Amino acid sequence: MVHVSAAPVLALRGVSKRFGAVQALTDVELEIHSGEVVALVGDNGAGKSTLVKTIAGVHPIDEGVIEWEGRPVAIGKPHDAQNLGIATVYQDLALCDNIDVVGNLFLGRELKSFGILDEVEMERRARELLTTLSIRIPSVRIPIASLSGGQRQTVAIARSMLGEPQLVILDEPTAALGVEQTAQVLDLVERLRERGHAVILISHNMADVKAVADKVAVLRLGRNNGVFNVADTSQEEIISAITGATDNAVTRRAARTSEAGK
Amino acid sequence: MSTQNPATGPLDKGPVEQQEHIDPVNPAAAHDAIPAVDPRLLVREEGLAGYVGEFKRKMKAGDLGSLPVVIGLIVIWSIFQGLNSNFLSPENLTNIAITMTGTGMIAIGIIFVLLLGEIDLSVGSVSGVSGAIVAVLAVTHGVNEWLAILAAIVGGALIGSIHGFFFAKIGAPAFAVTLSGLLFWLGAMLQILGSNGTINIDSDGVVGQLTTYFFSDVAVAYGLAALAVAGYFLASFLDARRREAAGMPSRPLVEVLLRTGLLALCTFGPAVLFNQYKGLPLAVVLFLLALVVTDFLLRRTTFGRNVFALGGSVEASRRAGINVTRIRITVFAISSTFAAIGGLFWASKIAAANQSAGAGDLLMNVIAAAVIGGTSLFGGRGRTWNALLGVMVIVSIQYGLALEGIATPIQYMITGAVLLTTVVIDSVSRKTQKTAGRA
Repeated sequence: MVHVSAAPVLALRGVSKRFGAVQALTDVELEIHSGEVVALVGDNGAGKSTLVKTIAGVHPIDEGVIEWEGRPVAIGKPHDAQNLGIATVYQDLALCDNIDVVGNLFLGRELKSFGILDEVEMERRARELLTTLSIRIPSVRIPIASLSGGQRQTVAIARSMLGEPQLVILDEPTAALGVEQTAQVLDLVERLRERGHAVILISHNMADVKAVADKVAVLRLGRNNGVFNVADTSQEEIISAITGATDNAVTRRAARTSEAGK
Repeated sequence: MSTQNPATGPLDKGPVEQQEHIDPVNPAAAHDAIPAVDPRLLVREEGLAGYVGEFKRKMKAGDLGSLPVVIGLIVIWSIFQGLNSNFLSPENLTNIAITMTGTGMIAIGIIFVLLLGEIDLSVGSVSGVSGAIVAVLAVTHGVNEWLAILAAIVGGALIGSIHGFFFAKIGAPAFAVTLSGLLFWLGAMLQILGSNGTINIDSDGVVGQLTTYFFSDVAVAYGLAALAVAGYFLASFLDARRREAAGMPSRPLVEVLLRTGLLALCTFGPAVLFNQYKGLPLAVVLFLLALVVTDFLLRRTTFGRNVFALGGSVEASRRAGINVTRIRITVFAISSTFAAIGGLFWASKIAAANQSAGAGDLLMNVIAAAVIGGTSLFGGRGRTWNALLGVMVIVSIQYGLALEGIATPIQYMITGAVLLTTVVIDSVSRKTQKTAGRA
């Protein structure tokens, strides 16, 4: 089902990042191919956000190499990442509540004719894009404030698609969403994969990870702690990689509840 | 990157397979396969029924727009006309219209700042400085009056840039920066005026004529009204045609005609009125021109979109690549520039630059006008046309009470009560909007 090309779209080789006295990332390796959803998991403080920010150009790396389609590149600022074709959708949505859907989709890259906003063309393309991604919203001309959390998240993701990125990074896209809204966002992630985009999905939710990801990359204390194929890995294995031991809070709790059940 | 066709790309990659895609893990995915119309979608019916339906929906959701102000204005006018039949006379209404322009011009500028969710307390003082610059340059030093006007307006822009610099670059709160500005520029004005305090302006000069010149030829008022109506109709009609050609919902011709008719009523009515007195006042023409230009700037240009974006979410704007500092400085420059222009209108109105210019209730009236007109104090919502409606309410109250011989203290109290009413209506409608999910 998943087409995996020869050279990975993005590869991190021995990436390290230090903030003052804190070694946030140490020798991290990561590979993402096009048409692949890689879930990035790890406990709080494991370095997920830092890793994503180094890829997005918010924090430049200290050591190591970032390879884009097989050749090393320097990502020093967010613009570099955008120019390569990396789009990032952050957890706290970067949308303006008072502006309508069309305005938000094109914020910062408005279409103009003779210096005047071309509302007709922007609305036409917005409808086209939303239809393509099967995103349902009440109207493209209502303010973002009127939309539900899931609808906002899908608009934010749709907005990242306007620049035709090869790699989309989603930072906890389902964190604050309900059951159906989560399903909508996961659907969208699968559609991105079908279109051949590479997706990095940060999530704490194992059900989401199992549902859409092809591979799970585990970070622990700023280091790699295993890359698993989702298809043949159990949830317990992933959790033990996250916590760093087979004897951890989750397994102890499982044991307790199974004892109590007896 | 941005030059390529961003949205057509995803289409090329085959939109077909997604329709059959049903994921066993996510039953909700099956939902997409059903092409039925989602009941939650807002579908507007065609024709009059759809219009009434949308109006009802907006009212229920608390989306009142300018309706409270318009109703308030009608009530105010009816009461004063009932008390004194001279209130709605062409002479009184012409005077009201001319008095509006000074406060109105300053209100246009402050609406830009309010859209950012900030405040500019210095506009009163800046308008005083502007009047003083013109008077000193043109009258005391005999500089060409056009040059003096240019100096005053450029001075306003510079002052605003300084406020903007301290707010946007240094990060000082706009409230504190412009409060300092209020004091500083008040002192600067007194310094410029010097010891004698009042400088009379040549009432036949450019500034003098600003509020006293009338286009006595009736054709001017009717011609401009016709031009506005024709321009609006053409723009709406062409827009509807373009949308239709692009296969998008557009305004039906009936609606375009109805709106044009309403505009014709709002332009030819005042034109008839002005022509019954001395003709169309130049000040009113300039004020309306400023409204049209700034409304266009805010709604149809990237700059305007960025101003609204900043009023909505600064962080989102920054991430979208908007130059936040530049927009902020520009907005404060615009605010002070319009304050300077308003100052010229005031100087013209009293035919002098004096020490009390820009002081007193001017600042409060300006902010009240913007808010009464419907501009949100929380940023991100409003139009420059709000300045027209708001200032109309305030000046109508002033003139109505003056006709009745009611003293200033009562005027202040009534204006205060009206402002409170507006803010209450705004807050209540915002609450309704929140519960209706349309805040």
